[in-house]
Amino acid sequence: MPKEDYEIVIGLEVHCELSTKTKIFCSCSTEFGGEPNTHCCPICMAMPGTLPVLNEKVVEYAVKAGLATNCKIAQNSKNDRKNYFYPDLPKAYQISQYDMPLCYDGYVNIETEEGEKTIRLERIHIEEDAGKLNHDDYGRGTFVDLNRAGVPLIECVSKPDLRSKEEVDAYLRKLKSIFEYIEISDCKMQEGSLRADVNVSVRKKGATEFGTRTEMKNMNSFRSISRAIEYEANRQIEVLENGGEITQETLRWDDISGKTFSMRDKEDAQDYRYFPDPDLVAIRLSDEYIENIKNSLPELPESRKKRYLEEYKLIPKAANFVTSSKYYSDLFEEAIAICKNPKTASNLLMSEVARILNEREEEPDQIPFSGKELGELVELIDKGTISSSISKKVLEELFENPKSPSKIIEEKGWIQISDEGAIKEVVSKILEANPQSVADFKAGKDRALGFLVGQAMKETKGKANPQMLNQLFLEELKK
Amino acid sequence: MANITREEIIHIAKLAMLNLSEQEIEHYTKDMQEILAYAEMINQIDTSDTDETIGATEQKNKFRKDEVMEFKTREDLLQNAPSQDEGMFQIPKVIN
Ligand SMILES: [Zn+2]
Repeated sequence: MPKEDYEIVIGLEVHCELSTKTKIFCSCSTEFGGEPNTHCCPICMAMPGTLPVLNEKVVEYAVKAGLATNCKIAQNSKNDRKNYFYPDLPKAYQISQYDMPLCYDGYVNIETEEGEKTIRLERIHIEEDAGKLNHDDYGRGTFVDLNRAGVPLIECVSKPDLRSKEEVDAYLRKLKSIFEYIEISDCKMQEGSLRADVNVSVRKKGATEFGTRTEMKNMNSFRSISRAIEYEANRQIEVLENGGEITQETLRWDDISGKTFSMRDKEDAQDYRYFPDPDLVAIRLSDEYIENIKNSLPELPESRKKRYLEEYKLIPKAANFVTSSKYYSDLFEEAIAICKNPKTASNLLMSEVARILNEREEEPDQIPFSGKELGELVELIDKGTISSSISKKVLEELFENPKSPSKIIEEKGWIQISDEGAIKEVVSKILEANPQSVADFKAGKDRALGFLVGQAMKETKGKANPQMLNQLFLEELKK
Repeated sequence: MANITREEIIHIAKLAMLNLSEQEIEHYTKDMQEILAYAEMINQIDTSDTDETIGATEQKNKFRKDEVMEFKTREDLLQNAPSQDEGMFQIPKVIN
């Protein structure tokens, strides 16, 4: 039976680091980096006799996340202990939430090729991160740094509603974008502040029962997640096609070989013996508390999109693109406050900025310039100071060396030539050098004009004002 | 309810990384059965008129402000570690 006869079923557990100033149960800083064990105290190091106290911002941020993803908010909630031994977990249990998560029954909508699709969220709960194990190359052992231990996370568990790696990508980007909009996390995958456990199973199309699933833990790049899903789904289909059975297990994705490996055998099946943490008290949220947070939520992407379509008359494709990331959207709004030209500003983002980011393998949060520079750049185009082809070069320069676009064009000598005399000179020169094109044009071949304008652009290194070139060529040719 | 099996005791011991002798397994199975039988009393209480409780007390919402207070002396935190290096706990090599 060919691959096409199978359906891939994927569920995601997304861990997202909250951008609170302090850890979830102690007053240590959550700042990234720092010398080993300098953002630590007796509480997050699990010294005997210490007691955890919950950070109020963690509850607030998790409730924000729940509201922004259409979840119901639990009025009664609690923390539980998840027990397991690992050297990065100093208490030998992680404080998490088991049967009473803060948020449940939500959903987000994603754009797919077949239109909008709803992905249901089972729950969002709060928990603490673990520390970091460092291994040295001399076999001297392992070194434990607990700076990350106790950093607050939310875990967002989706229903198994995803059916392809493209859908997973869209879903992850949507979650990331929502959390950026509501400013609860910086969602930097490269720093591990957004990572996902990916559950994959396959079944024959039309089947109602799910297949046995495998889990790949702690994936932190869009690309690895896509590759891992593709590999794992194909592996499972092959096993089934050869009459084998899928074992429910945790796998490790290896980015270098592009394969998954079994991590532990069935005998060690997970048994975390969850129980309510007796050191922490109940979390009971009033209607008023939840309502206040609801009212404090900033404008979400859906609403911005609507505004861009109605107020700024963007085409749907542009509105979708600009709102896909808070960073694009903020850049856009800052830019149009200066240049009052939403169309050109959105076009530059959608075509040029996206292309450059793609080439650099970077994400929108890594754009090194602000809306001020983008707005100024659009103004320079609108005033005819630079041509649109020069604007692309300016954008590339903005990524390398961000500063005022007018400074850039001045330093690089990229100012557009709009002086009639200077352009006339170029036009005469090009006409003289291309008698065949002139003859072609006069014989009715309009295309010849495009060629001549192109030649003039080449001559001026893209600096000539294209409208003026066109006009002057036409005047000369019609003489 | 009070019927915890020998196998469950072995399983729990394994999860807690305890090596129990035959005699200890015997001993703890019996102990645990008695503890569970004692706790069984709670199930006899009629709670139909009682609100749902979370935890052992009526307390709720003990929160902390999100304000940084650094614990300044790393040496104090590491002082009891059997082995340390470069400000980190040194432990036997962990194989992934
Ligand atoms: Zn601490």
